[in-house]
Amino acid sequence: MSEVEERVALTPERLAKVQEIIKRYPAGQQKSALLPILHLVQEQFGWVSAASMDMVAELLDIQPVEVYEVTTFYTMFHLEPVGKHVIEYCRTGPCCNMGGEGVYDHLKNRLGIKEKETTADGVFTLKEVECLAACGWGPCFQIREKFYLHLTNDKVDEIIDELRN
Amino acid sequence: MAEITKILTEHIDKPGIETFKVYRENGGYNAVEKALKEMTSDAIVEEVKKAGVRGRGGAGFPMGMKWSFLAKPEGVPRYLVCNADESEPGTFKDHYLMKSIPHLLIEGMIVSSFALGANKGFIYVRGELMYVIRILENAIEEAKAAGFLGKNILGTGYDLELVVQPGGGAYICGEETALLESLEGKRGNPRNKPPFPAVKGLYQCPTVVNNVESIANTPWIVMNGGDKYASFGVGRSTGTKLISASGHINKPGVYEIPLGISVREFMESDEYCGGIRHGHQLKALVAGGSSVPILPAHLVYETAEGNERLMTYESLSDGGFASGTMLGSGGFIVMDETTCIVRNTWNFSRFYAHESCGQCSPCREGTGWMTKVLERIENGKGSMSDIDLLVDVAKKIEGNTICPLGDAAAWPVASAIRHFRDEFEWHITNPTEATKPGAIYRGEPILA
Ligand SMILES: Cc1cc2nc3c(=O)[nH]c(=O)nc-3n(C[C@H](O)[C@H](O)[C@H](O)COP(=O)(O)O)c2cc1C
Ligand code: SF4
Ligand code: FES
Repeated sequence: MSEVEERVALTPERLAKVQEIIKRYPAGQQKSALLPILHLVQEQFGWVSAASMDMVAELLDIQPVEVYEVTTFYTMFHLEPVGKHVIEYCRTGPCCNMGGEGVYDHLKNRLGIKEKETTADGVFTLKEVECLAACGWGPCFQIREKFYLHLTNDKVDEIIDELRN
Repeated sequence: MAEITKILTEHIDKPGIETFKVYRENGGYNAVEKALKEMTSDAIVEEVKKAGVRGRGGAGFPMGMKWSFLAKPEGVPRYLVCNADESEPGTFKDHYLMKSIPHLLIEGMIVSSFALGANKGFIYVRGELMYVIRILENAIEEAKAAGFLGKNILGTGYDLELVVQPGGGAYICGEETALLESLEGKRGNPRNKPPFPAVKGLYQCPTVVNNVESIANTPWIVMNGGDKYASFGVGRSTGTKLISASGHINKPGVYEIPLGISVREFMESDEYCGGIRHGHQLKALVAGGSSVPILPAHLVYETAEGNERLMTYESLSDGGFASGTMLGSGGFIVMDETTCIVRNTWNFSRFYAHESCGQCSPCREGTGWMTKVLERIENGKGSMSDIDLLVDVAKKIEGNTICPLGDAAAWPVASAIRHFRDEFEWHITNPTEATKPGAIYRGEPILA
C-alpha cells in the first residue's frame, strides 16, 4: 500500500510543468491538459496505474472516470507495468512491404517472447502498433521517443545487445 | 525539363535549417512581416482562394473556401488548429516536414492565424512523435524570442499564442471533429455534423482545422501571390504536393512534386521513386494512403480510357471506383509481384478494425467482420461465399456512418476484390498452396 502511494507523486519539476500546461488553455478548459499530463505520468513511472489516474483527476479537478475513459481509448498508455524498454513494433501494410514481417519474427525469436509479453529479465516488453508515420523508412519500431528505422535482422540484434548492456 | 519549383522543400536540406537563424537567413518569416505590416486579413484569404490550394490532409477541400466559411460572431474567440496527427498508413510527409523545417509550419501558423483573426492556435501532433513535438516547441520559443510570436508581434498590435498538443495514439483523432474532442481532453469520438467546426469547433467556438502541408503553403502564397501558386499544376490541382513514397521502389522517401507530372514519371524517374526495385514488376499501387481504392498495374499509368494517368486529384480519380483511385493524403504505396494482395487487404482491414472508435455499429461490427473473413481466406480456411460476404459487408458500411472512417475501411476491401478477385479465389480453391510460406499468386489480375 505504502509503495503504491509513494509511486503516485509527480516530481516537483513535473508538477511545475503540469501548472504550466494547464495555463495553455482558456480558463475552465483545464481538461485539455489531460493527454499531455498522462504523457508526463508515463514518462515518470513507465506506465499509468489506477492510483496515478486518480492523482491526475485531482490535479485537473475532474472525475476519475473522465481519466479512465481516456486512458483506455488511447493506445499509447500502458495500463499495466512494463519492462524497462517497450518495443512498439509497426505491423501495418507499408512496413510489411518493406520486409517488416520477417524482421518481426526475428525480433520475437531473439527476445523469446510474444506480443504483449515481457522478457524474464524485465528488460523488454513487446507491443504491436499501427503505422508510425515512417513507412518509407521501414521496417521500424519505436522505444519511448526514439525511432529505429530501416531495420534488418542484424540491426535488431545490435539494438537488443546495446540496450541489454 | 521545365524548372521544378519547390514551394515547401527548397531549403529543407540546408544545414541548420531547423534553427531560427538559418531559416531566417533563407528568407524565413518574411511572410509574417509582409502579412502583418502590409496586408489585411481579408487580402490574405483572397490570395489563398486565388491559389486554389486544396486541403492536403486527404479530402482536398479548397482551403480558401473553408477559411471564408469561418463564423465571426463578435466577442467570441476563433481558433486555428493544425492537424499533425498523420496516421494514415503510407503517409509520412508531415512528419518529415515538421522534423526537418519546423519553422515553416510555425510561420504558416502565424500568417494563417492572422488571416483568420485567431489569437490562439493549436498544433495537434500524434503522440508517437514526441521528439517532433519538442522540435516544434523549441521553434516556437525561438520565434517568440525574436518577436514573431506572443504579444504585439513586430509592434503591429497582433497577439498570437501557439500550443503544441500531443495525441495519445489513435488514428481516428486525425478526423477533424475527433481531433477537437481529443484536444478537449476526451475520447476521440467524431462529432455529428452539422454543426461544422467553422461554426462550433474547439470549445464550441468557430474553428478552422487544416493539415500541416496546407498551412505550410501559406507563407509562399503570401510572398508570391495566389496567382503565381495557381500557375503550377493542372486545372483544379494547383501548386505542388508532398508525396510519401514507400514499398517496392528503389528510392522510398518524401518528394515534392508539381501536381500534373505523370504517374509514370514519378514512379520511374531517378529524381523520384527510381523505378521498381531489383528489376521486379509493378503489381499494384495504392496512390493516396491506405484508405483509397487499390489500382492493378494496368490502370496505374493509364486510365481505363487509355489516357495518361497524372498525379492530380482529377486524373487519379478518373474512372471513379470502377477503375480509378484518389490522390488522398499522397501516401504512394507501391507493390511488386511478390506482394500477396489478400494478406495486404487483411492487414489494412485489421488496421481499420483496430482504429474504429466504435460509435456506429456498421463501422464497429463491419470492420471486425471483414477482418475475420479476410483472415480466414488468407489462412486457407475461406469459402467462395466469403468473397460475396465481404463485398456485402463493405457495401453496408459505406455511407452509413458518422465519419468517413467507415468508407475508408470499406474501399480497400471492395477495390481489392474488384481488381484481384482471382487471387482471393485462388486462396480459397488452393488452400494448401496458398498458405505455404512465401507463396504468392502470380496470375493476371482480371480487367475492370
Ligand atoms: C479517419 C480519418 C483520419 C484522418 N486523418 C487525418 C490526418 O492524419 N491528418 C490530416 O491532416 N487530416 C486527416 N483527416 C482529414 C481531416 O478530417 C480534415 O479533413 C483535414 O485535417 C482538414 O485539413 P485540410 O483541409 O487542410 O486537408 C482524416 C479524416 C478521417 C475521416
Ligand atoms: S465511422 Fe467508425 S470511426 Fe467513424 S464515428 Fe463511426 S464508429 Fe467511429
Ligand atoms: S506502416 Fe510502418 S510506419 Fe507506416
